[in-house]
Amino acid sequence: MSNQSPPRVVETDILVIGGGTAGPMAAVTAKERDPQLRVLLLEKANVKRSGAICMGMDGLNNAIIPGRATPEAYVREITVANDGIVNQKALMAYATRSYDMIRRLDSWGVHFQKDGSGAYDVRKVHHLGTYVLPMPEGHNVKKILYRRLRRARVEIEHRYQATRLLRDGAGRICGAIALGTRTTEVLVIRARAVIIATGAAGRLGLPASGYLFGTYENPANCGDGHAMAYHAGAELTGLECFQINPLLKDYNGPACAYVTGPLGGYTANSQGDRFIECDYWSGQMMLEFYRELHSGRGPVFLKLNHLAGETIGEIERILHTNERPTRGRFHQGRGTDYREQMVEMHISEIGFCSGHSASGIWTDEHAQTTVPGLYAAGDVAAVPHNYMLGAFVYGQIAGEHAADYASGTAPGPSDADFVAAERRRLTAPLARADGIPPGQMEYKIRRLVNDYLQPPKVTRKMEIGLQRFRQIRADLDQLSASDPHELLRATETQHILDCAEMAAQASLFRTESRWGLYHYRVEYPDRDDRRWLVHCQLAKSDKGEMTCFTRPLEPYVIDVNEEARVAYQSLRVKQAVNA
Amino acid sequence: MPITQSRLNVPVVVDNEKCIADKGCRVCVDVCPLDVLWINEVTGKAHMRYDECWYCMPCETDCPTGAVTVNIPYLLR
Repeated sequence: MSNQSPPRVVETDILVIGGGTAGPMAAVTAKERDPQLRVLLLEKANVKRSGAICMGMDGLNNAIIPGRATPEAYVREITVANDGIVNQKALMAYATRSYDMIRRLDSWGVHFQKDGSGAYDVRKVHHLGTYVLPMPEGHNVKKILYRRLRRARVEIEHRYQATRLLRDGAGRICGAIALGTRTTEVLVIRARAVIIATGAAGRLGLPASGYLFGTYENPANCGDGHAMAYHAGAELTGLECFQINPLLKDYNGPACAYVTGPLGGYTANSQGDRFIECDYWSGQMMLEFYRELHSGRGPVFLKLNHLAGETIGEIERILHTNERPTRGRFHQGRGTDYREQMVEMHISEIGFCSGHSASGIWTDEHAQTTVPGLYAAGDVAAVPHNYMLGAFVYGQIAGEHAADYASGTAPGPSDADFVAAERRRLTAPLARADGIPPGQMEYKIRRLVNDYLQPPKVTRKMEIGLQRFRQIRADLDQLSASDPHELLRATETQHILDCAEMAAQASLFRTESRWGLYHYRVEYPDRDDRRWLVHCQLAKSDKGEMTCFTRPLEPYVIDVNEEARVAYQSLRVKQAVNA
Repeated sequence: MPITQSRLNVPVVVDNEKCIADKGCRVCVDVCPLDVLWINEVTGKAHMRYDECWYCMPCETDCPTGAVTVNIPYLLR
């Protein structure tokens, strides 16, 4: 058994944690940049079908196509959509590389919609610019990535969950510890650089259905990377800017306005009336959604039944074969037909994700975190509104930078006591025949997240939540796992608990309201730019305590004009409609 | 602290007639992002062992014999 002999040690140059979207791109890029480097991709599931896009994706939400949009206009729009709290240099690094990445994916065989003249057929969903590029054949993205990993000869370890990062005496990253999810083997991986690409923390709130795994995000994405970065001393940012999405009630998948909007669909109230002018994701849009949901005109619906049969056929073909293909089955089971009825919508549980929102591990325009040798890319890294294309671009940036970094001097050794202690922590639940099974503890944490952290945020409630999470932390020595699978869930539960505590702390720290519903604090209902036009960071202090502090905004590289500033503050349809 | 088991209806259904896991196939088990499919040691066939499903469908889509069906979990149906 793994407990008696010393743990197996694997040596590599670059360790990529997470084989979903950003991870494979980072691994392939690093290997192509320097074929001499050893690149190891660690995946908790199987790279063939892992992460947010395990069944593909139906479109790019942020394609910057020359002639249709400019990087400058994009950076301006996202700055405003995210209420000014952005690192524009990081946004710009994405924006200037967006088109080259589309071309790269195109050359790999990923199909994007083109018009009759062969140009990319981008659609307008955002308030100002045109950035949405449909991918009706987008179901094969993972297969294409897998082929590229094989061709680049990236080493892959499946069914290992990374649990802690290793640092040398100087504080530099020197590897990670991982747990075999089918074996309980504790593995030590020595690396010169580590790239975290573990996706969103999507198993934080409890879906309204009460089904633990019926989350908006792929539930495998449960905050492993957020917790690891935190424990390694890296700064996280914007954790108070929760991700909350509009979705199909109960099914909990995207509704999906980015696909249906350009074809004439829209979000409506129970009277079938439009109440928001723009379905592009923003906190203000979600606040209007929330208000309508709780008003006498609620609930909220996706309205397609005014569209031509042919158009609805096209919508079904896209939505029922891509990204979340069981959607058609869900409608069928309830006898819902887009042609006849509007479809009931709701809002999702809370989570951390930069895909739509802005929360995650702090990274700069090179995908570097605040810990030397540690990179982050994709939904886990806090470049706002990054979506799938941003994950690919930042995966590429991380791969390039980490490859250059790894060819420098090697880090020193990690602390042997730390490894031994982590091994004890990981395997302890196996030794307890009686105790609390992980599913039960997870349910309790996530139910408390809903009770106390879900916006509108109330100070006293969040303080109680924090107190309850700490009480659960005291129960960790009763956590029990009966097999390797339960041990995986037990480790995940501890990461979920870390994320819950971070969500509460970060939300208490920012004493204003911002991002519409995401950080709507009842006692501080106004946005206060004088004091809070800053990033709020969260990190583990030298004493091991969770601390929050501000980080000033980098000077903007793109001016934000008045027209853009106002656009996202006036999303509600003017009263004339059915007033 | 004693532990009890509770019975649950699970969303993924495997047709034992069509499943070829007993001949060594592991496709559905391999592709599941949540690792909830298992091989029954007695029958050698695949089945859903943990009720932790994202109803995402790789198991059904990638199954070479069409043996797997993903239903919407009962709580959501």
